Formats: sequence, C-alpha cells, structure tokens
Amino acid sequence: MSILTLKVNGRSQQVDVDPATPLLYVLCDDLELRGPKFGCGLGQCGACTVIVNGQATRSCVTPVSAVGSNEITTLEGLGTADKPHPLQQAFIDEQAAQCGFCLSGVILTAKTVLDRNPRATDEQIQQALSGVLCRCFANVRMLKAIRRYAGGRTA
Amino acid sequence: MTPHLSPDARQALNRAGVTRRSFLKGSGALVVAFSSAGMMDGLSHVFAQGFNGTGNPQLDSWIAIGRDGIVTAYTGKCDFGQGLYTAQMQLVAEEVGVPFDRVRLVQCDTSITPDQGTTSGQQSHPTNFNHENLALAGATAREALIRMAAARLNAPVSDLVARNGRVEVKATPSRNLAYGDLIGGQRFNLPLDQAAKRRHPSEWTVLGTAVPRVDMRDMVTGRFEFVHNVKVPNMLHGRVVRPPEVGATVSSVDESSIRELPGIVKVVVKGNFVGVVAQKPWQAMQGAERLKVAWTPGPSLSPHADLYSELRKQPARDTLLVDSGDVDAKLKAAPNVVRATYNHPYQMHASMGSSCAVADVQGDKATIWSATQSAFPTRNTSAILLGLKQENIRVVYVRGAGCYGINGADTVSFDAALLSQAVGRPVRVQLSRKDEMAWENYGNAFAIDQRVALDASGNISVWDYEAWSAARGGRPGYNTPGNVVTGFLAGSKPAPFAPRTPAPAPDTPLNNNLNTAPSYIAGRVRDSANGAGVIRSERVLSHRVMSPFFTGPLRAPERLQNTFAHECFMDEVAAHVKADPVEYRLKHLNHARLSAAIRAAAKAAKWEQRPSPRPTRSRTGTVTGRGVACVCYEGDNGFVAMVAEVSVDQDTGRIQVTRLVVAQDCGPISNPDGMRNQIEGGALQGMSRALGEEVTWDDRKITSIDWRSYHSLTLGLAIPAMEIVLLNQTDVDACGSGETSITVVAPAIGNAVFDATGVRLRQVPFTPERVLAALRASSG
Repeated sequence: MSILTLKVNGRSQQVDVDPATPLLYVLCDDLELRGPKFGCGLGQCGACTVIVNGQATRSCVTPVSAVGSNEITTLEGLGTADKPHPLQQAFIDEQAAQCGFCLSGVILTAKTVLDRNPRATDEQIQQALSGVLCRCFANVRMLKAIRRYAGGRTA
Repeated sequence: MTPHLSPDARQALNRAGVTRRSFLKGSGALVVAFSSAGMMDGLSHVFAQGFNGTGNPQLDSWIAIGRDGIVTAYTGKCDFGQGLYTAQMQLVAEEVGVPFDRVRLVQCDTSITPDQGTTSGQQSHPTNFNHENLALAGATAREALIRMAAARLNAPVSDLVARNGRVEVKATPSRNLAYGDLIGGQRFNLPLDQAAKRRHPSEWTVLGTAVPRVDMRDMVTGRFEFVHNVKVPNMLHGRVVRPPEVGATVSSVDESSIRELPGIVKVVVKGNFVGVVAQKPWQAMQGAERLKVAWTPGPSLSPHADLYSELRKQPARDTLLVDSGDVDAKLKAAPNVVRATYNHPYQMHASMGSSCAVADVQGDKATIWSATQSAFPTRNTSAILLGLKQENIRVVYVRGAGCYGINGADTVSFDAALLSQAVGRPVRVQLSRKDEMAWENYGNAFAIDQRVALDASGNISVWDYEAWSAARGGRPGYNTPGNVVTGFLAGSKPAPFAPRTPAPAPDTPLNNNLNTAPSYIAGRVRDSANGAGVIRSERVLSHRVMSPFFTGPLRAPERLQNTFAHECFMDEVAAHVKADPVEYRLKHLNHARLSAAIRAAAKAAKWEQRPSPRPTRSRTGTVTGRGVACVCYEGDNGFVAMVAEVSVDQDTGRIQVTRLVVAQDCGPISNPDGMRNQIEGGALQGMSRALGEEVTWDDRKITSIDWRSYHSLTLGLAIPAMEIVLLNQTDVDACGSGETSITVVAPAIGNAVFDATGVRLRQVPFTPERVLAALRASSG
C-alpha cells in the first residue's frame, strides 16, 4: 500500500492503496464516486470512462499509479444535478438514456471529441463512439443530444 | 445499527416528509402492518403481505397521505431503466388527484411494498395500470377522500371533485378540503374497491403526457445510486470463483495459495460454490484469480456447430398448444405444401454492468440489496439457500444496469448472501465480465419446422408448427434457487425436467402466453378460437429438451425466436404465391388491432405494393429491399408492425439497415416519450440480436465471454432512420410496450434481405459470412 494524491474533479485527495490498483476501484470504492462504473474490466465497453488530462480514459485498465498528478474528471465532475454541464443538459432535454449505466462512456467520450474538434462531423463523433456500448440502445437519443450540444456550441 | 434503506432511499423518504421513525410508528404514511417484535433496528417482518405475488387487498398497503398532502405510493413493480418509476408516479398523481411533484414512490422492498412477484414480461402495465393493484388503489383513495369531504362539507358526493390535492365543491371551488386535512396521519382502513372508477384517458392531465423521467438528471450527472454504489458500514468485498468449464465440480481448494495476499478475509466453499472475501475490491479480485482450485471436469459439450441437429435428438417434453386433428390428413392431400426450417441461437442479456449485490447476513437475519426483478421471490429463495426464515430476510431493490430479463442480478444476490453469511459482515459482490457472460441464464435456442398447405386460390389452409428448444433452470421463483448458477453450485437443484411423449391433447383455450402460435391461426381448442387469424387447420407442437446451459427469460422470451420463424415463413409463403407481403398477412388475420398496426406501418413507410423479391435486381454489388413483420404480443398484450428497409452488399455480405418504421398499439399510452424510448431501444437491440449476437462454446466451456467474443452493436452503429407511429387507444386496457418492437426486428430485416436479393436467411444472426454463404448457395 502507498499513499497517493489524486486530483479528482478539482479537489486533491489522498488515498492509501496498492499502486497497481486500477483507477476505477479507487474512484468508486475509496472516493465513493458514482459516475465511473465497472462494466467489463477489460477496457471494452466504456462504462468506467473518466477524463484524464483531456483524454477519455478507461479507468478499469489504468493503474492508479499511472495517473500521477494529472487532473481527473468524472461524470459528476462535469456538472451537478442543479447545474448540469451543457452536454449533460442536452441529454436531459433529449431524455437520452434508459438504465443510464453507460453514460460515463457516452458523455465523456463525446465531450473529449468535441473539445478537440468542436466542428466534428456526425461520422467523426460516431467513429469516436465506436468502442462505447449502450446495451439499452438509446443510440438515437444519445446522438441527438450530442448533436444538440455540438450545434449549440458552434452556432 | 445496520442501515436497511440505501442512503438514497432514506433521503427520498426524508424528502417525502417521512422520517424512518414516523414511517415505522405510523404517522399515516404507514403502509403495511409492522409487528412490534423488532428485527434489528425495529423494522420488522411484514405480516400484511401475501407471498404469492398477487398484490395486497388493503388500500393502506398501496397509498399513504401525509399531513402535508404528500402522497406516498408503494409498488411491487420496479424500474430497471424502462421509465416505469416515473410512469407509476404519473398514474398515482392522475388517479389520486394531486400534482405530480407531490407524489413519492417506494418500489420493491419486501418490508414495505406489496408483493407483486416479478417485474417482467411486459406485465407492469397490464398489472398496475388497469383495474387492479396500484391503479385501483389510486381510484379507491380518491373516491374515499371525496366521501370524507362530503361528510365534512355536508355536500352530496356528486357535487364534489377531487383535484390538485383537494376535494372541492364543483359550483363553489372555494369550499374545499385538502387531502392532508382529510386523511393525513391516518390509515384509510379500506379494502381496494373493485367498483372504484378510474379516470378515463380523455380526462387525463398527467398520465398520458411526456413527463420527463425523474431519475434522468441524477443519471446524467453521475449521482444516481445503482446497486453497484450501495455502501454499508463495515462492508467487505467478495469475488466468486466459478468452475472453469460447464459441469466441472470442486475437487479441492488450496486456501493457503492466497494466504500471503494482502486483505484476504476468507475463502468460502459450499459444495461447488467458491468465493473469496477481502477488504477491498481489487484484493478480492486478485484473491479469486490466484486461488488454487482443483476441478473435476464434467462431460464434454456437443459441438456448437451441431446445436440445431442435437436439439432434435434429445428426450423431450412435448406440448400441443392447438391441434385441430386434421393437419396430417390435409397436408397429405394438399397439392401444394410449402415448408421451411428456422434456427435461432442462444443469446444473452449481456448487461452493460456485470451484476452486483450487497448482502448483510448476521445470525438468523439478513438484508440483501439487489437489482433482482423479483424482490419477494428472492427473499424466499435466499431463505432456502441460507437456511433462514423468509420473514427474517429483507430484500431491498436497488437498480442495476439494464437487465432485459434475468441477467446475473439474482445469482449475484445469492453470491453476496452466501459470502456474507460465511463472514458475518456485509459483503458486496460484483461479477467479472466473464462470470456474467459465461454463467447467466441465456435466451433459449430454437429449431423450428414450419409447413403450410395452400388452397386453390393461394391462401393458407393448414399451418403446422413443430419446434425443438432447450431449457434449464430459469427464474428461481419463490422456491427454486437452483434455477440459477449460484444456487445450483451451492447444492440446490434446478426445476426438474420430465420428458413426455406424446403430448396430451390441448384442453385449455389458447392464450398464447408464450407466443408460440403464429398470429394467422384461428387457435381453436374445443369451443373457443382465441387466435388472431383465420387458418382453421392448425397444429402447434413444441418439444422442450434439456440445455447444458442455464436459460431464462430474455426480453421477448421465446416470442422473439418464434416470431422470427413465423414472420419469415409468412413472407416465404407470400412470395411463393406471388402475393404482396402486407396484403397476404391482412388476408389471413381476423384481428382489427393487429391489422390496423400493419396498415399504419405500411402507410407510414409508403409501402410499395408488390410481391417480393424486387423484380429487377442485380446479382452483384449493393441492392436494397423492404420487409414487414408483425406480432400480437402474448396474444393480447400489445400489437406491433415493423417495416424495415435494408441495403445488402452482395460482395461482403454486409447488411445495412437504413430505415425502420414501427406502428404500435399498446392501449392507452401512459407516457408517449417513454414509449418511444422503449420502441427505439427495442428496435436497435433487436437489430443487434438479428445481426451479430450468438452464444458460442467449445467442447468444454462458453467462449462468448466479453465484448470481443459476444457481438453487440455499439454507439458507432450507423443508425437507421426511424419513424414511430403511436396508435393510442383509449377505450381498451393498457398493454405493455417493452418487448414489442424487439420481437419483429429479425424477421423484418430477413424479409427485406429476401426482397433485395431473393435469398432467404433462416438462421439468426445474419452475419456477413452467413449472408455470403446464402448468396453463394443460391447462385450456385
């Protein structure tokens, strides 16, 4: 075990963990965050996605020690229930979910794509989401929500 | 103190103005009778509940109104992402007559909600939105409030109206009484009134509107509490060690193999059930991975490639759903018989999150936080597994990842319970992706033979269906924990299998609960004819055989497999007689609502009336086509038709679905946006199942164990244009809508591929390899 300092959602927090522990378990268990979720543990589905240094990162296959002092943003770090991020608001407006378990992967991956390229085409957005799963298949609404947000930013 | 309610549930109750103490002591927001002999911190067993899933006849078990006018309702039907929580709140607001924001809802907690069995089979609407249970409770409460106000206001009941949380004199609305003043803090002490009149859909102001989901904001901002987020003090983490192969049994477990690992609390072995408990999740995972277990192999599995021929060779339990008795003779005499065989693989729920549960078993009492669709049954089966009394067990439903039927939620609840019992502390268990996928209860595999005879004018005069399907276990129900893998490994047996040949003659009217029968038969049994169709020479014979894998309800269970065979075959027959597929269906139906759905879908799709396949089509390159399919879900629980348009790349075998048009009649619509969400999701999930999903195995074990080996479509999928026609019917009962659209996708796509290419696909999934093989076979 070793003491590590993580910068999560704008706050520095100390944790005492095995440095080989994947970041996901530290976020969920030690820091009790609800946004990132264990979907597969293999980096295949996206449920565990967080943003590290502007990159959508699969926290289930990222050792906590590899994150260093980089800023980590989880789904709850993007906005609050009262003040959601505009992308989250677009998902609310479109009612773009069913069970909601996949949303970290969908929203945070879309955000990093549009942060890098605000004028990303539908094809580019979908290409970036090609490794993200939603087993309820709320795809239609999710893509509408992402387009709504993208349109609002570039309008 | 052991907290029984999850933190969010407690907060919700507090927000509702119901502190746990007042909740328990009976402030009026007291739902069911609690005994005074406390269980743990005083929340005790419930004696007012039935154990058979039939709800509860007492109004106070469903609805409680506080002094502040907040209406708290209690339901035994849970939301697993389909939007039912919000829809039930709308129902309560509408029937009781209060603004939506004054309604609170508590779902599926065996200590405080009615026992409504399992939430499944698109039965929530038929059960809770018609003339019994929650809807009837709302109507009973409203009428009771009006009667109370009549006495207090000294006015006849007919002069009063209940709305906005008050009973008013219609002529002078300033004369009114608030619900909180009428009943707040007290019980109704009334049975549900079978004569209570529900508000007619034409009067609805809340129900029937697109109220946004109350959980959406918390979900998209990462605040929603899933069962995966439940934390209780002193909680440990468990991980199970499943057999490496199907049928393997424990020979020995070397506990010393992980003794040096940090954080390991205990290795638990019970029969063939093995698990590791540790301080932290990662430690439990390491422990489970490194624990040395010697396994004795089971018998080898017959090859995956032989699945459909093997199904026909096993001892079977035969069932006849209908049999007009003249089928063999008529087929023999008929000059024109069309036949075809359809195969459908095992498919899986493959939930996005592997299943998770938290259990706290201390001495002779237990609390289980579970995403099961069956809170009350899980209480009873956990009692069997743990050797405890069922009244000492509390199961609290907390949502998991979308389940689409019996995913791993039930089995992982047993995992957590067994591990917690072994260590005497709360234990959280989340399955690995592989354990979820290799051991869940799969949707059944089917091999289906279809035969029809045609009369002189090309109409179907005889329909003969014969199918072989494999099953093992299923939902544990109230008494069979061995129906899922954990119960089985720990020593319980699955429901017994009793071969039976030949099938006895059918003696109960066709209700087609399993949707085995095609929509086009008359469904005659003795004096009744409950089918949706006109074909009067009919036989529906099923052979159920033992599966080597656990099986269970997967969204549209059996209906989806059978509808694939029925609707593709109907298309084949129509093509055989060169009839338009829409017209040919309508001709064989005697069901106004299904026919209306077909016409509505065809109209919206601008259906081009002509036989399939498309007359001018190229043998190479990309070709396009359209197909139709429909179903009477469960015979009478939802009516849907779909038109699919596809393009097929004949060089690669790749199918692109370009457009889906759905028309659906599910009675009066509770929430049109929620219904659209279900139709859209069902359509695309159906596409994923039609195009890619298939459980696979080698001679020892399941090999579809992650998202590389089980092929679900992702968000990268090119989405077809989707048009949805909602057929709102206000003078009939409410039907379900969760399993309708998914049921017709594979046949609609398969029929469209035939239209485009002239080649019939008779086996799901329609992978590019299979499409290419079919194209080559036809051109060869």
